[in-house]
Amino acid sequence: MANISRGAAIVGVAESDDIGYLDNDKSDLQLHAEAAYNALEDAGLKKSDVDAIFASGNTLGLAEHMGIQPKFTDGTSVGGASFVIHAGHALAAISAGYCEVALVTHGSAGYSRRFYAPPATVRDNSPGAQFETPYGFIGAPINYAMACSRYMHEFGEERTREAMAEIAVATRKWAKLNPKALIHDPKAQIPLDMSFDDYHNSRWVCWPFHLLDCCLVTDAGGAYIITTPERARDLEKPPVWILGAGEGHDHGMISQMPSLTSLIARETGPKAFQMAGVNHSDFDLAMIYDSFTYTVMLTLESLGFCGRGEAADFVKGQRTAPGGDFPMNTAGGGLSYTHPGAYGVFLIIEAVRQLRGECGDRQVPNCNLTFCHGTGGSLSSGGTVVLASD
Amino acid sequence: MAQQSLPDKPIPYPTQETSFYWEKCSERELWVRSCNSCKKSYFYPRDFCPSCFSRDTAWIKCSGRATLHAFGVVARAPHRAWAEEVPFIVAMVDLEEGCRMPTNIVDVNIDPDDLKGDLEIGMALEVSWDERTDGYIIPVFSPV
Ligand SMILES: [Zn+2]
Repeated sequence: MANISRGAAIVGVAESDDIGYLDNDKSDLQLHAEAAYNALEDAGLKKSDVDAIFASGNTLGLAEHMGIQPKFTDGTSVGGASFVIHAGHALAAISAGYCEVALVTHGSAGYSRRFYAPPATVRDNSPGAQFETPYGFIGAPINYAMACSRYMHEFGEERTREAMAEIAVATRKWAKLNPKALIHDPKAQIPLDMSFDDYHNSRWVCWPFHLLDCCLVTDAGGAYIITTPERARDLEKPPVWILGAGEGHDHGMISQMPSLTSLIARETGPKAFQMAGVNHSDFDLAMIYDSFTYTVMLTLESLGFCGRGEAADFVKGQRTAPGGDFPMNTAGGGLSYTHPGAYGVFLIIEAVRQLRGECGDRQVPNCNLTFCHGTGGSLSSGGTVVLASD
Repeated sequence: MAQQSLPDKPIPYPTQETSFYWEKCSERELWVRSCNSCKKSYFYPRDFCPSCFSRDTAWIKCSGRATLHAFGVVARAPHRAWAEEVPFIVAMVDLEEGCRMPTNIVDVNIDPDDLKGDLEIGMALEVSWDERTDGYIIPVFSPV
């Protein structure tokens, strides 16, 4: 395979104008467009520069809404990991000369549009609807919680629980340093601080998950811009290089997952790290999709930062919190910053800001190399990208 | 406000590949597909073996015996149909025939505080039957 490492750079990132509990009838499309507008502004590019569009799902309406006529379009939709995978796809497309300026966007009023599923009007005869839904396998918390029970069985319930608490508490500390995190919105009524007792006392959603094991549900848009090395160097802000990328999936429904304690990250991580020519110990920052606390544990192990069953030791003692020696999810994560239903794009946004040194109180010192890993579906899909400053 | 009746729980809509499975369920029998080429049984039912992609596959009748592979105890109803049935147990079970299926575990005491109840992964289970609307009967499992 051709080595396309550093064949493109991320040059603009942004959220929508507001994120959180909006309750203002903003549509998904509007959130997309706001984020795209803001990311173009951050990059110092114009909409007319954009010749490729990447989003999770139907790009037709999206491009129409923004008045973009792309010559390269990619609607890869494999859950919340999609927007990490898009970075690899954009790298490939730009390296092959299909396009020059790629816009990756997401927008979802996940909070404001929440409601119980209406009665179906079309008979859903998919495998999931036949074999999982009748049992109440509905929604990510249930599916992920069930997987976590298996991990507890294999590696110990108490140490697993302690690790889940460590991750929830550490991530809240980062969110406290990010003014955009949901916890700063008084409407959300979420305390700025989380103690270990708060974690353990939070209500059950689905055993083994407490409420504080689960990501937020917010309204938010996010976008980033990728372009060629030549164009990236002409822009005002420093480019963030894509050094490596890996993607894959090994099932769709949770009940089809080959092993509930191993993610496809076991393949996407080594592939991305090898392409980038980096090792686990080289990273200054880890950005890991935290749909649930358990997702983070499994990702650390599957990527090879520690062995199977060792995540509990790895995250012990608030190692991933501000001041710890393994900074992780510095924006506050899906757990405490924002999570509109699909989160991957926000991993990239924070990674780029950290690599540019724009993060103020939560800035990781000398942050030059990081990776983002997204997990989507029912622990189904994975995407890893390695990012570096100049 | 008047008491609103709860919706029915979702029922399956069979396809050509799955109608035999659901017909047998309505007779309270559990059948799965098995591959004559690679000898692996698999769930959910489909014509092509998901391991070797052979079309030489057959239906086999299950003993109904299984062990608990993983479970979750649902505290917050994910759909109004379950509003009065929480907590309930979702699970994956390993059938004696060698494949794994999603299901519910029934007839188990659940402690409302720690929620975990009397469940232990690896415990022996046997098939039982849950009657739904439109004549559907779906396989669930209970401790032996
Ligand atoms: Zn086979």
